[in-house]
Amino acid sequence: MIAEAGAFALILALALSVAQVALSVAGRLRRSPILAGAGEGAALAAFVAVALAFAALMHAFVVSDFSVANVAANSHSEKPLLYRVAGTWGSHEGSMLLWCLALTGFGAAAAGLGSSLPRGLRASTVAAQGVLGAVFLAYTVFASNPLVRLAQPPVEGRSLNPLLQDPALAVHPPFLYAGYVGMSVVFSLAIGALVEGRIDAAWSKWVRPWALAAWSLLTIGITLGAFWAYYELGWGGWWFWDPVENASFMPWLVATALLHSAIVTEKRGAIAGWTLFLSLASFSFSMLGAFLVRSGVLTSVHAFAVDPTRGVLLLIILGVTSGLGFTLFAWRAPKLGQGGMFAPISRESALVLNNILLAAATATVLLGTLYPLIREAMTGDSISVGPPYFNLTFTPLMAALLILLPAGPLLAWKRGDARGVVERLWVAMLLAGGCGVLAIALVSPKKAFGALGVALGGWLIAGALAELAERTRAFRVPFGETWRRLTGLPRGAWGMTLAHLGLGVFVMGAVFETSWKIEAAEALPVGGGLDVGAYHVSLDSVRPVVGPNYEADQGMVTVTRKGRPICQVLPERRLYTAGGQTTSEVGLCYRGASHLYLVLGERREGGSKPAWLVRAYWNPWASLIFLGPVIMALGGLVSLSDRRLRLGVGRRRERAA
Amino acid sequence: MRLRALFAALAGVACIAAASDPAERLPDPAQEAQARAIFRDVRCLVCQNESIDDSEAELAQDLRQIVREQVKAGKGEAEIKRFLTDRYGEFVLLTPSFSAGNLALWGGPFLVVLLGAALLFARLRRRPPETELTPAETQRLQHLGEDETP
Repeated sequence: MIAEAGAFALILALALSVAQVALSVAGRLRRSPILAGAGEGAALAAFVAVALAFAALMHAFVVSDFSVANVAANSHSEKPLLYRVAGTWGSHEGSMLLWCLALTGFGAAAAGLGSSLPRGLRASTVAAQGVLGAVFLAYTVFASNPLVRLAQPPVEGRSLNPLLQDPALAVHPPFLYAGYVGMSVVFSLAIGALVEGRIDAAWSKWVRPWALAAWSLLTIGITLGAFWAYYELGWGGWWFWDPVENASFMPWLVATALLHSAIVTEKRGAIAGWTLFLSLASFSFSMLGAFLVRSGVLTSVHAFAVDPTRGVLLLIILGVTSGLGFTLFAWRAPKLGQGGMFAPISRESALVLNNILLAAATATVLLGTLYPLIREAMTGDSISVGPPYFNLTFTPLMAALLILLPAGPLLAWKRGDARGVVERLWVAMLLAGGCGVLAIALVSPKKAFGALGVALGGWLIAGALAELAERTRAFRVPFGETWRRLTGLPRGAWGMTLAHLGLGVFVMGAVFETSWKIEAAEALPVGGGLDVGAYHVSLDSVRPVVGPNYEADQGMVTVTRKGRPICQVLPERRLYTAGGQTTSEVGLCYRGASHLYLVLGERREGGSKPAWLVRAYWNPWASLIFLGPVIMALGGLVSLSDRRLRLGVGRRRERAA
Repeated sequence: MRLRALFAALAGVACIAAASDPAERLPDPAQEAQARAIFRDVRCLVCQNESIDDSEAELAQDLRQIVREQVKAGKGEAEIKRFLTDRYGEFVLLTPSFSAGNLALWGGPFLVVLLGAALLFARLRRRPPETELTPAETQRLQHLGEDETP
């Protein structure tokens, strides 16, 4: 009964989205606030309806109602509650429903919070968002309905892929989807601006919070995914340049570019066309990701819910929606103004350079992901594009961007002063050089690229702090004055500092971990041990454990350094009985920011007594890899709370004036 | 979505850094390191986008053995890779070759940089308008000054 109500709510949501489009378009054409208001109401109602459908599906998962086909295929009654809940978005159908929930949620938010927008732009935006909602809801209702019943329900479900049964991965999709789909508002606002034929500072001011919110959520989503891959896949890596990872990384890169170009458009009215282009591109890349991951056109270690027929439908949706968007862009964008002038050395130029490099980086990831497909279709040759390609193209582009980054915020608008920037950054340069020299001197084995990378990380961190010092005139005015300035800084400034600082922390961790990780593996009998770096790892015991839906061998591993015990961890090798899959639960021993990463492998017979393959990794500074992006996302959220970005503030002040 | 779900069958079995298995290792650490470096550039042909360094599939194990034997016999990296591409095609290497067919792949990113630089250059060379600021800009500038720190 609840499932039927949910299915009904889903169809109702589709009807409401169509009504949202019709009412908003009519409201725009007739300049009727009542009709436009009804369109906004429909947007809110569509969100409520999708939320009901989503709740119905979640209920079916929680109570293990195996008469619902999706539950029978993706759940199991023995699964812990958290993973029954997470099972709601663990399949193709469920994840598309989550996508629709986010899409209508952002649509409702845009409709509800839009009171500061000009009426025409508001109606056009709500209509565009309604089109996106209707298209994806139609896809969900007709091609991927998660609430379909089975005529003969099975007694037990087929369970969720055990690798997905993990706390980080349970919350990873909601963040990721909120990030992907948050870009839809930006897309709709761009369509709105193109329809209205007008783009101004108010528009850019409106785009930035949505882009910031989506970017922050996407950052968290990607980081959770990387962290999950790090400790769940059991081979010590966190990024593989896999097509599915790239699919999530491209919208992130475009959103990052958009955040920066929107500043130029807001403050100086320049590069408006480019900002619009990025606004359209960011959601197009989100949709491309949804297509790539589900269609099975690419082979990926993370291929998820692959279904070629539905893939074609998603490709059509992608082609039609972004095709229409970019056609509208080609038609209307040339009429937009060019904005203010700026000198070669200026904040504008720096931000444009940032965008050029980010666009090139996005092109790299796009080419690396799709080129094998294109080449095979055109010539029949099959080639592979793996991590070495990205290391040779993406890495130098990013290095160039990161070297220039600290200078950008110190340049003035319109005409900057290069010498002044160098004068303000020489301390940061010295600190960065010092980091590099220290890395060469203290860390063995000596690695030039590793040391350069550490210097780059130090440059970013010191650069972000130098910018903060400049704003507060630290060390040049009395401390009290600096403190007063520090507490008076706008949140947006803090957000930027945090985001750039977080990037530095990430670079530091990523470079250190990649350059100086140590790996060791041995087949150990109980009582045996192996050395990894300065640490000794010994396998004390292995005992069988029975979990709620798995059986496992659990090793007890003690880590010592110079004979002193450091920590004891319990890595497991699990067998999930329902599906017959084996997974490993990594044992992580934290040493400051570094990790000792321990994996219990297969049991080996032969020899006098049984042995287990034990693999140990010393991953120095690995925590920074995940901490950095968290700081970046935090920066985004802090910036989002800035009074100047708060929706409606500008409008109220204008009215008062 | 990203990083989701390896398909279960592959999951536990295939995704373990298999190359570190002591049973397969070469006795000479320098040769072993050289073999490992090559592994990272060789695709496990039957897996879902993994190098033979990571895969536990049988084919990956065979390929590792071939590579290790050749390293032991003193063959160079280029020679070993040529041996692999002769047998399995370019698909087996994770680094695409610098060939005419891959021109767009290698050149694309740099083309974007050049194009962007050219557009920026054209934008910077544009003649300034008669007055430096339009009245609307002056107004906006004043408006920005109210709540903006430099």
